[in-house]
Amino acid sequence: MSAWETVIGLEIHVQLATRSKIFSAASTAFGAEPNSQASLVDLALPGTLPVLNREAVNMAVKFGLAVGAGINRRSVFERKNYFYPDLPKGYQTTQLAEPIVGAGSMEVVLDDGSRKTVRIHHAHLEEDAGKSLHEDFHGMTGIDLNRAGTPLIEVVTEPDMRSAEEAVAFARALHSLVSAIGICDGDMSQGSLRFDVNVSVRRKGEEKLGTRTETKNLNSFRFMEMAIRKEVERQIDILEDGGSITQETRLFNGDTGVSRAMRSKEDANDYRYFPCPDLLPVMLSEEQIIELESSLPELPAQRLVRFVEQFGLSDYDARTLSSDLATSDYFEAVVQLSGDAKLAANWIMGELAAKLNAEERTMSTCPVSADHLAGLIDRLKDNTISSKIAKQVFEACWNGEGSPDQIIEARGLKQVSDSGALRKMVDQIIADNAAQTEAYRAADEAKRKKMFGFFVGQAMKASQGKANPQQINELLRKALEG
Amino acid sequence: MSLHQHTLTELKALLDGGDISSRELTDYFLARIERFDGELNSFVTVTAEQARSEADTADALRSKGEIGLLNGLPIAHKDIFCTRGVRTSCGSRMLDNFISPYDATVVEKMRSAGAVMLGKTNMDEFAMGSSNETSFYGPVKNPWDLSRVPGGSSGGSAAAVAARLAPAATGTDTGGSIRQPAALTGITGLKPTYGTVSRWGMIAFASSLDQAGPMAQSAADCALLLQSMVGHDDKDSTSLNRPTDNYLADLDKPLAGLTVGLPEEFFPASLDGRIAELTRETARELERQGARVVSVSLPSVKLSVPAYYVIAPAEASSNLSRFDGVRYGYRCQDPVDLMDLYKRSRSEGFGDEVQRRILVGTYALSHGYYDAYYLRAQKVRRLISDDFARAFEKADVILGPTSPEVAFPLGAKKDDPVTMYMADVFTIAVNLAGLPALSMPAGMIDGLPAGVQLVGNYFREDQILNVANRYQQATDWHRQAPAFGGAQ
Amino acid sequence: MAIDQDTVLKVAHLARLHVSSEQSAALAGRLSDILNMVDELASADVDQIAPLAHPLDVSQPLRADVAEPADLRDRVLPLAAASEGGCFLVPRVIE
Repeated sequence: MSAWETVIGLEIHVQLATRSKIFSAASTAFGAEPNSQASLVDLALPGTLPVLNREAVNMAVKFGLAVGAGINRRSVFERKNYFYPDLPKGYQTTQLAEPIVGAGSMEVVLDDGSRKTVRIHHAHLEEDAGKSLHEDFHGMTGIDLNRAGTPLIEVVTEPDMRSAEEAVAFARALHSLVSAIGICDGDMSQGSLRFDVNVSVRRKGEEKLGTRTETKNLNSFRFMEMAIRKEVERQIDILEDGGSITQETRLFNGDTGVSRAMRSKEDANDYRYFPCPDLLPVMLSEEQIIELESSLPELPAQRLVRFVEQFGLSDYDARTLSSDLATSDYFEAVVQLSGDAKLAANWIMGELAAKLNAEERTMSTCPVSADHLAGLIDRLKDNTISSKIAKQVFEACWNGEGSPDQIIEARGLKQVSDSGALRKMVDQIIADNAAQTEAYRAADEAKRKKMFGFFVGQAMKASQGKANPQQINELLRKALEG
Repeated sequence: MSLHQHTLTELKALLDGGDISSRELTDYFLARIERFDGELNSFVTVTAEQARSEADTADALRSKGEIGLLNGLPIAHKDIFCTRGVRTSCGSRMLDNFISPYDATVVEKMRSAGAVMLGKTNMDEFAMGSSNETSFYGPVKNPWDLSRVPGGSSGGSAAAVAARLAPAATGTDTGGSIRQPAALTGITGLKPTYGTVSRWGMIAFASSLDQAGPMAQSAADCALLLQSMVGHDDKDSTSLNRPTDNYLADLDKPLAGLTVGLPEEFFPASLDGRIAELTRETARELERQGARVVSVSLPSVKLSVPAYYVIAPAEASSNLSRFDGVRYGYRCQDPVDLMDLYKRSRSEGFGDEVQRRILVGTYALSHGYYDAYYLRAQKVRRLISDDFARAFEKADVILGPTSPEVAFPLGAKKDDPVTMYMADVFTIAVNLAGLPALSMPAGMIDGLPAGVQLVGNYFREDQILNVANRYQQATDWHRQAPAFGGAQ
Repeated sequence: MAIDQDTVLKVAHLARLHVSSEQSAALAGRLSDILNMVDELASADVDQIAPLAHPLDVSQPLRADVAEPADLRDRVLPLAAASEGGCFLVPRVIE
């Protein structure tokens, strides 16, 4: 197809869900009045000093363990020096030569079910900057330092991804992972995860990497995908025209779809990294790491494998059901109660998912409890209701009419399976529809198939949908065959 | 004897004995400051009203029997310590308008111990200097000779104590900034082991070298002050968590059995013979008291000035980046854009020496130079530290001159920063190793004080204070005072 | 090691200090003097030596993850030369 190959690496900033900041005790809660959650340290008042938040360290280690990375027993904070109004100290405290988490990897399942391993180069702890507000200040910029000092881990991948799909799949998997292990609230609208994408292209077969550009601060999967596609297109256009790619930092506006180079990149900033003399090396003990390992919940990847092996689900079904904790907990509860993994999977991914989407809800506010869904599945399996009726019952249950049993009772939806009653009804239908019966008997195989539906419809009408479909089919066939 | 001729320890006895109230004492010193500091320029801010109020509080507490270690004693704080509600200038135009919203831990601790703050003393701008000539508020004069420097960067604290405008003061020492001015003004000053005194609220110059310490008339005075200053602070990651030593208990311990090391490198051929002689005389006095004197070697010490002038400016260049005109401090008039705001605020707010050091530090850390400069300097630092460790296997304390010269004339070194840097040649190595050291007066040369330095092993402030105290019990250099302000 | 005027200007820019071309010559001289003194470090034999960042061999203490109210805005905003709506103001930043 294309003569070109895309090479993508990601840098993801994950905001850690600690209560206080990485180097000060100010709160990290979202949405506070400007500068009301900025302590003396966050404001970089003269004479202030940083003290490291234990929980930030723990969360970073948990991440490392979850991606099978080496945990560096000794890590060092460094100062990345540059001037920007939302960076009050004039440097960002981060890690460079000795980060807390070493090389790891994540396996990602793509849309077509195939798997890909994306290597993680390392992850390090750092502090977030404040916010620059360009509107509302009549030509000036307002600086809010509430966010300054929020703990981040920056996850840096190797350039292993080869398409926007792969990049998005990785991003989703990472999002799912950090939420599952409880280190990030995963709320992209609040900026809990931000992506920088490094994109380059090269001719297929070429080993050398092309010049890459970096597009910063994408905060949704959709924008990330759009930005990547746009950039790949832009780069290919330039190269095909005989030009060359400038290594630069770019910004992508998701609303307008416009990508542009960042202004004022005079010369590459010389960050003059050096170890922060106000902080000492972070030392981790074996005991601490073992304790953190045992505190990890089952990871999505592990759960996926378990769902395939334990419940015999397909890869696709297992992936969908294991991707977030709420859904997988719900699924397992339903299976536990009803004993039927296949039906549970079908109903959760089918009817239930459709209703959640339509009403823009998440699993956590699903009005059909696991108990109820299991009950519904039980009634299906024991033939109390047909699958068509089951849909009605589900709807009613969703709308709060009670448990499936209560609904079936109240609405009299029990499937009629009494063969005697059904035969009587079938006979009645044949009798009432003499012309169609004759036509059927006279028709050939193909035509019969079509006409059969009419009789089924009549049976459903006569029984208000409650007739057991399999029995009806059999009885009608027998009766029509004559 | 006038009140101001008493040491801090003697004043404490007077207070404890009910012979005087804190209020009287405070008023007394405030009057001296009012009368004499115009010429000396040792204070940036005098907090008269607050001092009187604190003195009254101390007197009230005393009458209830609540007597902290420094109850009612008036002291001055170097203007590098943040003091809540009071200007904290760090000797710079950059912070001339800065009223700190919080107190440094050192300030809080001393206040809790009952100390009364007379005001904030003048200093070299951002602690960068060895003569107190770089202050935005003008140079401080040496009370021994007003045409000469008091040393720096804690020149204001040193001059105020030497002129007896305050019985004691706090200082900070990054490369000698307590010890060198103490030597040039004839007082006693001590830099504790790195990490012993909290740096929270102490405006950072070079984070891995800075330490706060006491400056007063005697070792006993310094011990009293130090006792109230030390302690773990969980707001400072580099603050050590260890039990507090008792600096007062062994002050009078006899020196029999003590070994004093004299490093050959502290007696180069180029050293003023008179300073070498008075240092040796000090050693002889210690011998008379029972100590044994041996020769030790610190071969890497000759690299201490170059190492320091990479590490300190590098750390400072980063520490001073927060002074950008945005959230506090000096902002230039009508900035046209952000770059203008930064450049003009910083160039107008910082003096020449500070800007020079920021440039040196920025250069040393810049791409391609980190290994050759900063990293290399930190390695040399280890060599120096190892040298001291070896020396301390042979000796308990190390003795040498504090400064290679006595107080020099104002303006004498203005055009040559490197010559100025050499003023710290004997003191700098101590900061690089993080060891405790004090300077005490040990003689006079042409009517100007000269001091010697005692370096102790880690956490052995008690020992160097003991040696200095015993020396001061047998000699009276520390009781010499200049004619200025009737200090004598 | 000597430092030239061009480098002085670059370094000054990194440090956000304004140095005019006139000043840069004198500064280059002064800084070169300092750097020449510093170059003595090159004579040290430090190949096998580990850097000493902190005098004492201690590790970073950790703080419990407890949020405390910052409650400072009213005390701190007035220290700024320009503020509005709770924010610090700077000339417009364009990325």
